[in-house]
Amino acid sequence: MCATCGCEDHSHGTVINLEERLLARNDHLAAHVREWLAGIDVRAYNLMSSPGSGKTTLLERTVRELGVPCSVIEGDQETAFDADRIRATGVPAVQVNTGAGCHLDAVMVRKALAELDPVAGSVVFVENVGNLVCPALFDLGETGRVVILSVTEGEDKPLKYPHLVRTGDVVLLNKVDLLPYLDFSVDRFLRCLRQVNPHAPVFQVSARTGDGLADWYDWLSLLP
Amino acid sequence: MHELSLTQGVVEAITARLGSRRVVMVRLEIGKLSGVVVDSVRFCFDLVVAGTSVAGARLEIVEPGGRARCRDCAVEFATDDPILLCPCGSSDVEVLVGTELLIKAVEVEPDVRDVRV
Repeated sequence: MCATCGCEDHSHGTVINLEERLLARNDHLAAHVREWLAGIDVRAYNLMSSPGSGKTTLLERTVRELGVPCSVIEGDQETAFDADRIRATGVPAVQVNTGAGCHLDAVMVRKALAELDPVAGSVVFVENVGNLVCPALFDLGETGRVVILSVTEGEDKPLKYPHLVRTGDVVLLNKVDLLPYLDFSVDRFLRCLRQVNPHAPVFQVSARTGDGLADWYDWLSLLP
Repeated sequence: MHELSLTQGVVEAITARLGSRRVVMVRLEIGKLSGVVVDSVRFCFDLVVAGTSVAGARLEIVEPGGRARCRDCAVEFATDDPILLCPCGSSDVEVLVGTELLIKAVEVEPDVRDVRV
């Protein structure tokens, strides 16, 4: 007879309570990364956006103009194109290819940081895989999260991808130099954004022309 | 498809805790505001357990609904919508329940070591 429920016709196994978080391992490593970065006075920013929003162009300009030593971790499923573009600016970059993976995780970032070996007092930019869904869940040990959306993507993106947009500490609306040629309403975009992220500062920028980037640099410099 | 890496993580966490003991049931808790698609986890589970001690295990998923509190009007409200709007219109809300991602329990095959005389 089954000892658990008293029934006659089967036996039960033993139920073991685990109460373990699915992301426990990632979050544990992310905490180590965060501690390690703080110990060498390095700030790291996780840049998240859809493919083609202009992250790499933004970074090329930012690492040249910020006035602080920078380095970059580039996440893509394949190719080293983006790391090559960053290195061409004279700044160290490590390319992480995720293969089938749709996001960076703390294991990948820890490994890339060991290779990158950032100098004390510098800023590390982590360009996540272009994806407005999966990166939301994975803490990389970053100092802050940057959400980049562009005016060619439509005003309603924040409402379509609320999980990720909500986690942004700052939001950049890129490619504003194209506004004269589009039917994009910045007001409607801001209304959509505020429904999922009520407080993050929003900067309207053009990585191509440099418009608005001073606000972004100020935000980066002001943060501890 | 972050569900694939999450589900791989489930199997790794279980085998790390239980070694090669045969697992016949896995119970997860995936809150409705967690941003994780339960059907995708079920699909991935069948793929990632192959060749492990969890192969063939039954997957049970509990899905707590969401609850949030408005920071503007202090009202608590239930919602399963990822766009967290308080009935007062404010989006400045704190999630209380619904983002859980937990391995709650597993059932392992009866083992002679578990038999009490």
